[in-house]
Amino acid sequence: MSSSTPETVAAATRYLDAITQGLADALAEDEHVVLIGIDVGAGGGIFAATRGLHERFGPERVLDTPISEMGYVGAAVGAAMTGLRPIVEIMFMDFVTVCLDPIVNQAAKLPYMTAGALSVPIVFRTQTGAGRSAGAQHSQSLEVMFAHVPGLKVVMPATVTDAHDLLLDSVRDPNPVLFIENRRLYGMRGELDQDPLPLGRARIARAGDEVTVVTWGQSLRECLAAADRSEVSLEVLDLRSLVPLDIETVLESVSRTGRLLVVHEAVQDFGAGAEIAARVADELFDELLTPVRRLGAPAVPMPFSPLLERSLLPNADAIAEAATSLRKEG
Amino acid sequence: MRAQSADGRPATDGLSPVQRFERMALIRSFELKVSELYRDGDIPGFVHTSLGQEAVAVGVCGRLARDDYVATTHRGHGHCLAKGADPGAMMAELFAKGTGLCHGKGGSMHVADPGHGILGANAIVGASIPIAVGAGLSSRLLGQDRVSVAFFGEGSVNQGAFHEAANLAAIWDLPVLFVCENNLYAEFTDSSRMSRVPSVTARCAAYGIEAHEVDGNDVAAVSEAVDDALGRCRSGSGPILLEAHTYRWQGHYEGDAQPYKPEAEVTNWKARDPLVLERGRLVVAGEATAEDLDAAVRGAEDIVERAVSDARQADDPDPMEAYADVLINA
Repeated sequence: MSSSTPETVAAATRYLDAITQGLADALAEDEHVVLIGIDVGAGGGIFAATRGLHERFGPERVLDTPISEMGYVGAAVGAAMTGLRPIVEIMFMDFVTVCLDPIVNQAAKLPYMTAGALSVPIVFRTQTGAGRSAGAQHSQSLEVMFAHVPGLKVVMPATVTDAHDLLLDSVRDPNPVLFIENRRLYGMRGELDQDPLPLGRARIARAGDEVTVVTWGQSLRECLAAADRSEVSLEVLDLRSLVPLDIETVLESVSRTGRLLVVHEAVQDFGAGAEIAARVADELFDELLTPVRRLGAPAVPMPFSPLLERSLLPNADAIAEAATSLRKEG
Repeated sequence: MRAQSADGRPATDGLSPVQRFERMALIRSFELKVSELYRDGDIPGFVHTSLGQEAVAVGVCGRLARDDYVATTHRGHGHCLAKGADPGAMMAELFAKGTGLCHGKGGSMHVADPGHGILGANAIVGASIPIAVGAGLSSRLLGQDRVSVAFFGEGSVNQGAFHEAANLAAIWDLPVLFVCENNLYAEFTDSSRMSRVPSVTARCAAYGIEAHEVDGNDVAAVSEAVDDALGRCRSGSGPILLEAHTYRWQGHYEGDAQPYKPEAEVTNWKARDPLVLERGRLVVAGEATAEDLDAAVRGAEDIVERAVSDARQADDPDPMEAYADVLINA
């Protein structure tokens, strides 16, 4: 299903290179696909994710914009309504706050308000990631804001293969998709799958039988590290997308383990963990051996100090500790 | 008869001067009826009528081809009718019926009809401007000959969306016609108090966009200005703005008593009723007789009466319609 050709699938590809490959594959397979964003063209992107694409596909397919998110994101939505399939880049997720209207009021609602007469096949590509002293305005994980808005898909690739495969699936999707990368994963290496899991399905990243750990994005690495060192058997699920939410896979796992821990880098209060906890409690209340536990960032803006910042992010130790505590409770 | 625009492209169903009058009469009749129905509680939600501004809608849309785009505002009934939307389906939509243009899910502020190039009315002031620019981008990148028209009021020119979208259309040389209906009021506020540069035309200099003022109550003058602008938009020389001076007869919304408007101002503008002006012009020029035009008005009233009686008898939306069109199946 992936259009990756064997020769492009190098062993131990970087997550960032998988993104670039996904963009190139999307541009190559459909002439209606265009990239739009600040410095995505000749500059190659501030993280080099679009490097080489401007040269390969030309300035009509890879369009540099002014620093003008409301304008160019809004125009990309209009372009998606009229025949193009834009991948529009919002350089840091924090910057979505200056262009929420085209995403929340327009892209998410126009297909509904027009009873399907209009469609908005667009990918809002952005990246997040605390842990690099980027400060409170360049570190936020705001995925739940979009998961809360009906009409949007919310995709968060945690692995190298998903960086490529979910990006292609998102471009092929007829709906508006928030595609949220994590810049702390850009240097991570891994393999590209030849038989990718489709968008909308969670993946069992590590099988186990005592505690189900549900996560997405960069927290997956921490959860897997916790699973490596924990004396408790953790089943780690990578959701891959919040919308669609593959609750069936979560329920199936929790019905076996009887315990659930939800881990995310975003602020814990009013976070997606609460939604997942509520759904699991609704469906499996009698099968739960312990209350559902959540582990996210505390409700504070992300501080600049590396020391302070580190103290706020759920890490493998905290995850392992929470799992041990759940196991002891029941 | 099929009217031709400057480059020989056929205009919307070829609106002759008499047909333009008919279309203005249709809008007038529709809006008067909607005002009455809203007052009587027959139409739910919010309603903003375009009474007094009919010549701009028809002067512009009467020169467009069916597949040219328009994106409009909360005050968009006139633009949609002028562009060819079916009055019956529009009225049914205002009545929130299942036979409505948007199956009762859009309403007055969200009527859309992509089959006629109508990308929708829009309830967010300024939001349709970047969308229209995006449609212009599609037209250019897909090698089409379509012009995209953004309708907006002078009130929205203080929104960032206008400035960002205008700049984008200019740097990308897009076939976009910006049509500012300057009706003097931004909701309840005299617009001249809200900017040191109240002339929208003057502001365009900041973006290198050619702009012209036109008497927005003179449908022939608007048509002539549009013909000239369309020819150049289609030739690839970039966007043009027309600032049409007109007047909003009703309040910002139906039910607004408009205590903020000076009486003499209302009287003076109503003396320049666009339908009365055009009737005089047509009769003097010998293009129509008073009887012809009376018949046109009666014809418009009949269409609207039929639209209302059909809408009253139409079925409500199926309850399951509430859940349709949120996300399209991939």
